Amino acid sequence: MSNLGNLNVYNFIVLSAILFCVGVSGIFLNRKNIISLLMSIEIMLLAVNINFVAFSSNLNDLVGQVFAIFVLTVAGAEAAIGLAILVIYFQNRRTIEIGDVSSMKG
Amino acid sequence: MTFIEILFYFFSFILVASSLVVISARNTVHAVMFLVLAFLNAAALFVLLGAEFLAMLLIVVYVGAIAVLFLFVVMMLDVDSSKIKAQFNRHLPIFILVAVVMFAEIFLVIKVSTIKYYDTKILFPTPHDMHNINAIGNVLYTDFLLPFQLSGAILFVAMIGAIVLTLRDETRFIRKQKISDQVFRNKANSLELVKVKSGEGINE
Repeated sequence: MSNLGNLNVYNFIVLSAILFCVGVSGIFLNRKNIISLLMSIEIMLLAVNINFVAFSSNLNDLVGQVFAIFVLTVAGAEAAIGLAILVIYFQNRRTIEIGDVSSMKG
Repeated sequence: MTFIEILFYFFSFILVASSLVVISARNTVHAVMFLVLAFLNAAALFVLLGAEFLAMLLIVVYVGAIAVLFLFVVMMLDVDSSKIKAQFNRHLPIFILVAVVMFAEIFLVIKVSTIKYYDTKILFPTPHDMHNINAIGNVLYTDFLLPFQLSGAILFVAMIGAIVLTLRDETRFIRKQKISDQVFRNKANSLELVKVKSGEGINE
């Protein structure tokens, strides 16, 4: 346990709540731009990771950090797949606006 | 206010400010750069919390790999983002309201919760006589071996998926050995005798 002084887990939870809300509003704000959407998702996953690590440090339990590693892995895979889909979508349509993605339904 | 509190508020302020810039920047390249800044500050907060290995992992994975991937895609696609973001301002107050309400709810839940009174069972206590990376390695390769392998499988499937999605079907650049052609090659269809006049060469 690191020496955090007067800081406790509440500071970190509030910080991660702020970050999560920023990510959610980013998703609302950038509904047209897939790249900004993916970056908002990354911000939300970062908020979740901060929560995990804060509780791991607070409870002296290592599982939070291990689970944060798994979250990081899934975030990386998701970013790679999302960007690949974005690349082929751009090659087909010459735009990244997702207003008419509903035409993809079979 | 102790030094570590000043550090916490400093890093968190830059983290929140840069993530706000990420979601509101018009230029996507700037947004990616501020995402890098946000992740660097999150790594600093992790160091503050005593999770050094995760902090370094965050820098390596996000700043080193994912941000570069984002930058690569942004620069390769060369999108005109100015016309995409023209029509937001109508709904902006609603989005801000949604975010504020959501934060207020989470904040209230945090404030009235009784987390600190729980007597939680600690599954894997943090050992204090070894480094963070050592402790994580001890847990990750023994008790979490199956999830660890599964996360590797997830990355593998994601890699294959990304390659399959983006690989164009261009077989014309691939030169394969055609054994039948080699077998059926003989003197009649491969050799031609030409009379060359001295001093002129072949014109065709």
